[in-house]
Amino acid sequence: MNSPRERILSRLKASPRAAAPLRPDWIPPSYSPAERKAKFKAMLEASHADVHEVTAAGWPERLKSILADKGVGNVVYAPATRAGRQLAEAWAGGGPELLAYDRPLEELKEVLVSQADAGLTTARGGIAQTGSLVLWPTSDEPRLMSLLPPIHIALVEESSLTDSLAETIRVQGWAGGMPTNAVLVSGPSKTADIEQTLAYGVHGPKELIVLLIGSESP
Amino acid sequence: MAADAGKLEFGAKAHVALNDPKLRANFRRAMDGLMAKRTIQFADEAEWTSLRARGAMVRANALARLPELLEQLEANCLKNGIQVHWAETTQEANAIVLGILEAAGAKTVIKGKSMVTEEMHLNAHLEKHGITPVESDLGEYIIQLAGEAPSHIVMPCIHKNKAEIAELFHDKIADQPYTENVDELTAAARKALRGAFAGADAGISGVNFAVAETGTLVLIENEGNGRLSTTLPPLHIAVTGIEKVLEKLDDVPPLLSLLPRSATGQPITTYVNMISSPRKDGEKDGPKAVHLVLLDNGRSRVHGDSELRDTLRCIRCAACMNHCPVYTRVGGHTYTFTYPGPIGKLLTPQIEGLDCAGDQPHASTLCRACADVCPVQIPIPDLLVRLRTEAVRPTSPDAVKGAGSSATTGETLGWKGWTLLYGSPLLYRIGTRMLGWFGNLMPSSAPMLKQWTSVRTKPKFAPKSLHELAREKGFCDE
Ligand code: SF4
Repeated sequence: MNSPRERILSRLKASPRAAAPLRPDWIPPSYSPAERKAKFKAMLEASHADVHEVTAAGWPERLKSILADKGVGNVVYAPATRAGRQLAEAWAGGGPELLAYDRPLEELKEVLVSQADAGLTTARGGIAQTGSLVLWPTSDEPRLMSLLPPIHIALVEESSLTDSLAETIRVQGWAGGMPTNAVLVSGPSKTADIEQTLAYGVHGPKELIVLLIGSESP
Repeated sequence: MAADAGKLEFGAKAHVALNDPKLRANFRRAMDGLMAKRTIQFADEAEWTSLRARGAMVRANALARLPELLEQLEANCLKNGIQVHWAETTQEANAIVLGILEAAGAKTVIKGKSMVTEEMHLNAHLEKHGITPVESDLGEYIIQLAGEAPSHIVMPCIHKNKAEIAELFHDKIADQPYTENVDELTAAARKALRGAFAGADAGISGVNFAVAETGTLVLIENEGNGRLSTTLPPLHIAVTGIEKVLEKLDDVPPLLSLLPRSATGQPITTYVNMISSPRKDGEKDGPKAVHLVLLDNGRSRVHGDSELRDTLRCIRCAACMNHCPVYTRVGGHTYTFTYPGPIGKLLTPQIEGLDCAGDQPHASTLCRACADVCPVQIPIPDLLVRLRTEAVRPTSPDAVKGAGSSATTGETLGWKGWTLLYGSPLLYRIGTRMLGWFGNLMPSSAPMLKQWTSVRTKPKFAPKSLHELAREKGFCDE
């Protein structure tokens, strides 16, 4: 009974006991495949993200032209992922400089914090109801790539879209084990702390570019 | 003494706030905006009804099983490599945080928004021991620069308009010209804080939900400062109240649908950050150590009362204050303590004691606006009435901290006399006859009458009672 832990738990255990109430039914929204994609895009665009429909083979070229319009000089990428290899191959003949996130943060901090223009990551899924990307960082595709550069580019496959977070948790089996970090991203960084006026890019990316890879070629 | 100080404070402060046109305008504009945005989100009445019923029961369920779930959360966090600490008081929690920082040799700390660390007054404690905490949420950064406390639990600097913020930045940030352009002000904060993020030895954050099933800490935010504070520095300390635990991941979606929509009218926050472990071998970023501090500070006592326990369902969305006719007029600073508005006047007296915050449950018209919008169905007005009662007539001596502290002999005797008078027709008749004769001679300043007459006219007693008049008209008196 001597540690704070034991004292807190024993007080809680001495509280009057009531049967835990049941959770009443609640059904998250569901959509047809066409509605799902439309909702996903509309919600993301309403949160100030740019969504581009691309093909599995053609996205690196498409991205190159999108970034050229924005004057982006370099992109942080994950060299060991399939998407990273595809990007490096496609841009071998020219395009923004590729900065590989292939070392621990401590060796790359300066570049990430103040030199990177954009970062490219994949998304493990997308959620139509809220227009959210499911980021699932790995050792090959670390956490800060989607956070420190002023532009975040996310690749998401249309086939990975679900209707709701509840569905994502179920179909992706989250309860079986969570990664070090998982993030839902629903737009660029924003704030309304000053007179409820929206401003973008307060600490995270100012722009979010979503490349939606179609199930069939559009 | 403390009781009196508290009483004077709310009343006197409310008076000052009500007469401050700038403050009134800042709150009015903000609250109207937040209310309108929330209304749009919950336009579908059937969806709102089923979603909030689910949310309320998810929270009630977690509270019913709180001790087991905390043990499960702890076990899973430990398994994942997150170190868990328990604190009974804010002093203990402060000491734990300081201990972790000192052991790591940390000198500067970057903070994500956390109301629990406000409740602990953690910043002052760290500063006293030579550690510099920097608030990184834009609103928190602004009030830290101004040396103020938050006036709202979601939008901490809502009491300030952009001219005041422009002035503050011009004054406190080197080379910052005066500008009221919100994009430029935001960019100035980003620039000023980038270096602080990169150089911080540790990050401190709050927690919105702690999932027992997987040992996952869920943090929601819009700015990215929460993600940065929990990813960039080598050490992360998360601080949370013990009530924030949820049984399973499946419980997150309904609450995540309720919280941002109730708070700011957003379908979801920009980021939902789910942390389950420190950096693993081979991973390239993320803190190498993650600590979770579980703070009680009176919550286990609240849990011990099966009615007041509903207080702990709160998910801190602030909808109750946005809709409160008192809060929207007097603002958050009037409440003195960390949590303002309806949830504040319910929670604070239970944590600090009715003897020092006993005036708070009275700062309500009981209009039920808070209960109508609360996404987890906390019957705030009913619980405020319960606290008012506990302050004068405790159900048991330790039902609530400081119970019975407002009871006065005069009032107790007064009510005893009233009971006696109403229990006996003879005494009642004599009593009303006497009031008819002498009642109007009583000065308005008579003890106990004084409080009533300070804001109302003194009641005038009729020379004859209703009984007498009825008898004269020939009704028979049984
Ligand atoms: S009491 Fe209800 S409305 Fe108020 S902050 Fe808590 S959850 Fe929101």
